[in-house]
Amino acid sequence: MNINSLFELFKTKAEAINAEVYRFATKREALGFIIDICNKEGISDKPYSYALWANCPFLKDLDKEEISKRLPGLKYEVTKPLAAHAKIGISQMDWAIANTGTLVSDSTQIEQRLVSTLPEIHVAVVQTSQLVPDLASLLSQIKPDRASFIALITGPSRTADIERILTIGVHGPERLVIVFVDEN
Amino acid sequence: MKTKEFKQSIDKALKNANMAGALGRFSEAYVISRAKAFEGIDFEELRTRIAEIKSYATEHLSELAEEFKKNAEAKGAKVFRTEDPEKVKEYILKLAQERGVKKIVKSKSMASEEIHLNPYLKNAGIEVNETDLGEWIIQLAGQKPSHMVLPAIHLKKEEVAEIFSKEVNERLSSDIPRLVKVARNELRSKFLQADMGITGANIAVAETGSIVIIENEGNARLVTSLPKIHVALIGLEKLVPHFSNISPILTALPKSATGQMFTSYVSIISGQIPNTDGSMKELHIILMDNKRTAMANDPIFKEALQCIRCASCLNVCPVFRLVGGHVFGDVYTGGIGTILTAWFDELKKSEEIQGLCIQCGRCKEVCPGKIDIPELIVELRRRLAKEKGLSFTQKAIFSVVNNRRLFHSILRKASSLQKPFSKEGFIRHLPMFLKELTDFRSLPAIADVPFRDRFKEIRQPKTTKKAAFYAGCLIDFAYPEMAEAVVKILNRAGIGIIFPDEQTCCGAPARYSGAFDVAANNAIDNIKALLKEEVDYVISACPTCTAALKYEFITTLKSQGKLEIILDAKRLAEKTFDLSSLLKKLIDGDKLRFNSRFEPLKITYHDSCHLKRTLHVFKEPRELLQKSGCIIIEMFESDVCCGMGGSYSLKFPEVSKPILQRKLKNIKDTGVDTVVMDCPGCVMQIRGGFDKEHSSIKVKHIAQILLESI
Repeated sequence: MNINSLFELFKTKAEAINAEVYRFATKREALGFIIDICNKEGISDKPYSYALWANCPFLKDLDKEEISKRLPGLKYEVTKPLAAHAKIGISQMDWAIANTGTLVSDSTQIEQRLVSTLPEIHVAVVQTSQLVPDLASLLSQIKPDRASFIALITGPSRTADIERILTIGVHGPERLVIVFVDEN
Repeated sequence: MKTKEFKQSIDKALKNANMAGALGRFSEAYVISRAKAFEGIDFEELRTRIAEIKSYATEHLSELAEEFKKNAEAKGAKVFRTEDPEKVKEYILKLAQERGVKKIVKSKSMASEEIHLNPYLKNAGIEVNETDLGEWIIQLAGQKPSHMVLPAIHLKKEEVAEIFSKEVNERLSSDIPRLVKVARNELRSKFLQADMGITGANIAVAETGSIVIIENEGNARLVTSLPKIHVALIGLEKLVPHFSNISPILTALPKSATGQMFTSYVSIISGQIPNTDGSMKELHIILMDNKRTAMANDPIFKEALQCIRCASCLNVCPVFRLVGGHVFGDVYTGGIGTILTAWFDELKKSEEIQGLCIQCGRCKEVCPGKIDIPELIVELRRRLAKEKGLSFTQKAIFSVVNNRRLFHSILRKASSLQKPFSKEGFIRHLPMFLKELTDFRSLPAIADVPFRDRFKEIRQPKTTKKAAFYAGCLIDFAYPEMAEAVVKILNRAGIGIIFPDEQTCCGAPARYSGAFDVAANNAIDNIKALLKEEVDYVISACPTCTAALKYEFITTLKSQGKLEIILDAKRLAEKTFDLSSLLKKLIDGDKLRFNSRFEPLKITYHDSCHLKRTLHVFKEPRELLQKSGCIIIEMFESDVCCGMGGSYSLKFPEVSKPILQRKLKNIKDTGVDTVVMDCPGCVMQIRGGFDKEHSSIKVKHIAQILLESI
């Protein structure tokens, strides 16, 4: 399967379980989109309105201060108290599994876990080239010796524990926004 | 015999409309979503792989545990392995006390429930909060989970609102999203304040020392990330050798558990990880044995360790969806739960609950660990019978069945004794303590002349092919007309019939009750009788008897050490056919042809348990019926048990009745006036049910319908 069909498969599977999936050719476009989401969600420098962006390769060549200026509530410092008061968490994922619509991250660093567990919205950036067809091919690539906490995320947090009614957003994020970026 | 308490708990469960409604709806939706989730996947291949991985692990439990310990400890974890549940509790409490732990958050762990960890820690003054929504509801309500995967399925949203209202001191409405929000807010502070997190694990990988935790809510991610200490309590059976083994288990588990493609979260933790303050997390992994090694050493029950705890056996069980989990009296419920309780607790604990299994075999079809749950339950019965003896009634009955002459003479006498109660071939009311038996369905009257006597009057043509007819008790003594139909059809196909007089009960009732010695004697009598004269086929029109002749004689005799007769048993098995399979063979070979009907007959077909799931025959009868001019209108859940289950309907009439009623409804919903099946036992149950309802729906054995087109 080529990368476009992998992406299409991923999108179908992930959207079926309430994730939001977008794809951009350039980092600039992806960044613009993320800033838009933050603005729409009213991100500001007040508790419960922060957006936390965990350190990641995507941020490397970007002017972090410049982004902060455009988004006063955005923080690059990720701590437990800040994450507990954040509305949006942003992080980069390491792989994506097409046939289940799953994101995979080496979440050994606590920052990766905090931004993807505590906030209401998790914005997950992932390089399109990191798509793999299925779980078996993923497991053959990852090494638990190097990654102590491998997180597989498939859609937002969900439960059906009351009367079997599907309800989104129990303990984890109630929205999962997935942003694929083609540019390396 | 059922104790009064057990009977009361069943009655209570059956009266709980919430639970029956919720479980019933779920069981229907589950079948559809499960099938969809497995679309495009070769389930047999997948579960064969899982069974291979798990059975390898079962054979090497101790080595894998040592390898796991070495590899996890190399990554900074502390691994504690113990046989004793008490030591598990002591370890966790000591750790908590040494580290000054006041508050613990837990994600779902069956192993912790198995050893009743929560009350133990609470007694020591430690606050323990379950964080899985269902488990938290149950904890607040002070109840027990009613389902292994869906612990609070028996509660209605109004009850949950009531429970939460008390907890947050606020009058809450029963709006589910709002209730979920309340749980999120309430538990959030508990996550943030907890000093220790306790989880279970779904898989433990020996070669990497990794543990795998599967969940939907995100609570396990918080439990493993926020507190500074993580304790993972894992049953030894969760061990697998290789990292790549995660894939098949992870592929099957969510699909089997809830019909989901995948769960929202999977966490693979390999050694220590950083805490929120930058320190490294203390990771304690407890490998709990609690009789798992003993189980692994048992040549028969080791198979149960292939369980991946998906609870699909509960989800498809026609009994479970009526009674729920509470009647099982322990944390592990349903079919597999009965087996686990017998081991993790004690054999005696399964004495009553094992009776709930109706032996329909539906669980065996969906088990991703390829466990033959019904057969393991029969084995429990065998051991219970051996250890505790059978009840007085069972003993009395089987001592009769064990003696063919006595058994048959009693059946003949019953035919005249029943006279005051029988009318038009039915017994509709029985007095006193037998009342319950005819409460929901009429029983067939015992025939005036059994088939064994009638057969002597049927002249057999001279043919080159010969078949021995095995009638089985029900056809012989209650439904001789079915046998007559079979004989006529086979004669038409050029097959002469002999009826070996020394044939007797197939032993199924004894076997399913655990009386293997009686079943073995029945098997020996029948093998001798049926092989006495050289024939081409042995034919039975009862799938339960066919299954006995074809498979169970061999296993029963093996287990009783009667090896000298195994070869004969195999010879008999090779010749034995169920009616539909043989007729299909004859039609295909152009030995038999149907005349077309004047007008097509609209019918619906009921799949009998042993025919569909032991003999794997379900296409054949449909093809025969269609070729004979029937139009089949399929009913909903055509292959779900009718509630007969041999003597089950006598032991648990209160459970048999609602199962039958569902079946009757599904038949009526098709709008046709004839229902056809291959099993005389199902005919007895379903015909008796319709008779009670004064319904005009005709209930026919397939031989009787096919005969009309010969």
